[in-house]
Amino acid sequence: MTTVAATAHAIHHDDRSFLRKYIFSTDHKIIGIQFLFTSLFFLLVGGLLAMQMRWQLGFPGKPMPGGGILPDTMAPGGVILPEYYIQLVTMHGTFMVFFAIMPLLVGVFANFLIPLKIGTHDMAFPRINMWSFWTFFLGGLVMLASLFVPDGAARAGWTMYAPLSARHDYSGASIGQELWSVSIIFVGLSSILGSLNYITTIINNRAPGMTWFRLPLSIWSLFITAILGLLALPVLSGAVIMLLFDQILGTHFFDPAAGGQALLWQHLFWFFGHPEVYILILPAMGMVSDLIANGSRKPIFGYHSMVFAIVGIGFLGWIVWGHHMFVSGMNPTLGSSFMVSTLIIAVPSAVKVFNWMGTMWRGNLKFTVPMLHATAFVAMFVIGGLSGIFMAATPVDMQIHDTYFIVAHLHYVLFGGSLFGLFGAIIFWYPKMFGRMMSERWGKVHFWLTFVFYNCTFFPMHITGMAGEMRRLYDPNQYTFLQPYQPMREFMSISAFLLFATQLIFFVNFWWSLFKGKKAEQNPWHDNGLEWSLPSPAPHGNWEKVPTVYRGPYEYSSPQVAEDYLPQYKKLPTDREPAGTPAARH
Amino acid sequence: MHWWLPPKASTFTGPIDGLFIAILIITGIAFVLVEAGLLLFIVRYRQRPGRKAFYTHGNTRAEVIWTAIPAVTMVALGLISNHYWVEIKGRNSVPPNAYPIGIHAKQFEWQVTYPGPDGQLGTADDFTIRNQLHVPVGRPIVVHLSSEDVIHSFYVPQFRVRQDVVPGMDIKAWFQSTVPGTYELGCSQLCGLGHYRMRAQVFVHTQEEFDAWMKQAAQEAKQ
Amino acid sequence: MTHAAATVDQMRPPYPAERGLDVYNNKLGMWIFLASEVMFFAGLIGSYVILRFGATGEWARPGIVLNIPITAFNTFLLICSSVSMVKAYASIQDGDQRGLRLWLGLTILGGATFVGIQIFEYIHLVEHGFTPAGIRDGSELAALVANGTLPSTTVGLYGSTFFTMTGFHGFHVTCGVISMLYLYLTKVLPGKYSKLDYRGIETVGLYWHFVDLVWIILFTIVYLI
Repeated sequence: MTTVAATAHAIHHDDRSFLRKYIFSTDHKIIGIQFLFTSLFFLLVGGLLAMQMRWQLGFPGKPMPGGGILPDTMAPGGVILPEYYIQLVTMHGTFMVFFAIMPLLVGVFANFLIPLKIGTHDMAFPRINMWSFWTFFLGGLVMLASLFVPDGAARAGWTMYAPLSARHDYSGASIGQELWSVSIIFVGLSSILGSLNYITTIINNRAPGMTWFRLPLSIWSLFITAILGLLALPVLSGAVIMLLFDQILGTHFFDPAAGGQALLWQHLFWFFGHPEVYILILPAMGMVSDLIANGSRKPIFGYHSMVFAIVGIGFLGWIVWGHHMFVSGMNPTLGSSFMVSTLIIAVPSAVKVFNWMGTMWRGNLKFTVPMLHATAFVAMFVIGGLSGIFMAATPVDMQIHDTYFIVAHLHYVLFGGSLFGLFGAIIFWYPKMFGRMMSERWGKVHFWLTFVFYNCTFFPMHITGMAGEMRRLYDPNQYTFLQPYQPMREFMSISAFLLFATQLIFFVNFWWSLFKGKKAEQNPWHDNGLEWSLPSPAPHGNWEKVPTVYRGPYEYSSPQVAEDYLPQYKKLPTDREPAGTPAARH
Repeated sequence: MHWWLPPKASTFTGPIDGLFIAILIITGIAFVLVEAGLLLFIVRYRQRPGRKAFYTHGNTRAEVIWTAIPAVTMVALGLISNHYWVEIKGRNSVPPNAYPIGIHAKQFEWQVTYPGPDGQLGTADDFTIRNQLHVPVGRPIVVHLSSEDVIHSFYVPQFRVRQDVVPGMDIKAWFQSTVPGTYELGCSQLCGLGHYRMRAQVFVHTQEEFDAWMKQAAQEAKQ
Repeated sequence: MTHAAATVDQMRPPYPAERGLDVYNNKLGMWIFLASEVMFFAGLIGSYVILRFGATGEWARPGIVLNIPITAFNTFLLICSSVSMVKAYASIQDGDQRGLRLWLGLTILGGATFVGIQIFEYIHLVEHGFTPAGIRDGSELAALVANGTLPSTTVGLYGSTFFTMTGFHGFHVTCGVISMLYLYLTKVLPGKYSKLDYRGIETVGLYWHFVDLVWIILFTIVYLI
């Protein structure tokens, strides 16, 4: 039995030095929070880069406000140069994928939630966990530094297609390209270290009674994500090492002029890259499942099929990478098989969407800010998921491949999906991280403005994409058939600026609440998870004695109790101790 | 400004636009179903004090149904798509009577090589023109794509044809235009800082016009 | 678990919580890490296979550039060090501290010699003109390319793949030697391992056998085929 008083008193005195406690900490919660601050910073950097791109697209050739501070090699007089524009394209993608969304989902929430939700004191390997953060941090610094080297940052798109990326005479950048490779190798190492930690912890360190099918879906999705990361990132590391050797040692892996193969890079990159896509969405799906069950005050609909859907997506994610390469010159017969596997992967995603709706059906929906974000996640993920089907059909992909249609698609999944899920998750677990609540009013303002401007920014991209506007064009007006769409681009740009400005509300709310937010109760959302048996913020070492788990994570509105939630750690008179635990043996 | 796919100007537009519309209908139904359902639930099941949610862990029959329907739809879609895919890009899809044109892409231009009056590539009367692709209407054209340096991509939106041009590989792509006129050929794969201006004009002539042009161009090339 | 009493069998620890896999964390973690390593080497080896068999020209015949006998000896040495690793493991299972010191010492020696010979081989190869970027102009091997003994189109890739694959393997061996040396100095010499707790030896042993296995594959496909 766990009571707040008992746990609060039992926490041993914490006498670690400041450096051990906050900087080189091995506490999974501190590491999660370190990831949170760092990757929110990178999210801001990625956003700033996107704003400059949107300026050039909305107002081509006009001096950018505040652009005067940029050196003449990037934007003389504030007018963005083509070579700077493709750096923006590359670095926006890189920062958002590798340094914002991925660490926000995995670095922050795998670290913070896994031990708390499975009921253990810390990760299996706390020191490896610390190294995972610091290698990530180092990688981030290297990537950031690459923005400031003389001939500019990497310029081959975040996908770094060789041979453009492999030979400096093709791309026009040298140190920037090399720093990109070095940085990604650090990120890969960080992810592998993190993943092996998460997997070991979830397999071996669950609290008594926390059987596999009592794990919250957030933990299931993080578990599968960790497996994907563990197996996909080393392939990327290998590929990037070869790329780096091409760049600095003069090897010929990807240089067709000397016998290498250009498509080899794409195969390796997307073999990593498609599992990566699921790394970027699965944790959000899992956490949104938790939020929707909580907000609907209802058990998740079809828990087992939700788990199988996660596992299915994780498995199918390995055999679909070729759908990025339908028109790359790959054997068209291979294209057929990749198309079929890609279409099949839509099935588990559809199951998840319908089960979320099933959860909300006949619920008692309470629209807290996290629930708003979770609902928006479902609504927007559907658009992103459905637009994917267009590109999965190979003949249609001929028309919309590498156009703004794919840009719209990926932003609907990554912004509309992952980022809405993340906003919800950050606000939901903020009290357990910092002991304070984020402002609800400003949370709602931020949500609604984001929802509106986000759609205004990204939905029109479907239209320009259908019209054939290619991605990564510095100035689409070069093409006469794209000139009529300039007003639409301007509209998207203005929406994007407003969207960015709206995010400042979130940042201010985040920082303000750290110091001035309402003090959080132990269980402000009336949630069932083990973490809510701890005081807010959760203390070092979590529990003195780990709680015992008596039931699944989604027992909301159970007829067994009067209130509408029944925590996993709450022992009812009818509950028996789980088999094999010391208590059961006595 | 079109709010739709670009005007149709090749034989591919039929199957591709048709498939696009089919997918739009399928996804449109799913989209309306989900979003309307969400809206309905949001309004209908809003929290009311004293009410408890319906306690259920799911319904196997419902789940089987909503797993089976997408699965069947997707497999059907895959089969239909594959049929057209084989026609458009399959290994033996290029019609035997296709008129050959060589396109060599380099940063940042398209070098178009014409077979000359004999209609054969790789003979002495071949000639090359930068950034201009002239083709006769109503005749299958096969372009032999090669690259000097990095990966480019051959894309004519009105023809619905796209093919990456990969260094070290010789890739064939074919199309058959249906409407005479002037179009644009663009590079759709990031190929360096001049990617945005790697553009060529496409002229679709009637057969007589094309023959006349070919005669004149071959003459000029000789001098 | 860090404060566990010496009487508790750490190799078969009591489960305080829900049953996981019946192995201790370090061993499970090492298995998971090795899964990741498998993917890393699969990426490198797969690329080699694609580049070699997708190449337009002939690939260099074995034994022209690379010295097979000396590397065969090196392979034998690495296999022996795997055997001595097993002996070290068996010794401490019986609580034999002397046996552990002897056999782990021999394993470290074997690994270090392997790396030494590999460095020697690299220096030798580079001197003869074989580099990651291909054959150096004006070198001994450049003459072989000129007279057609070595194919000119693929010899650059040959260098690229050879140095990358064997280099990363050598790096892994070095890491293994360093970790074993660390355990030797901090745990083995002070006698901290016992019949009841030899987790470090088992974990590093797993890694060592993996590295050995990778080498057998590399030796076959890079040197012999």
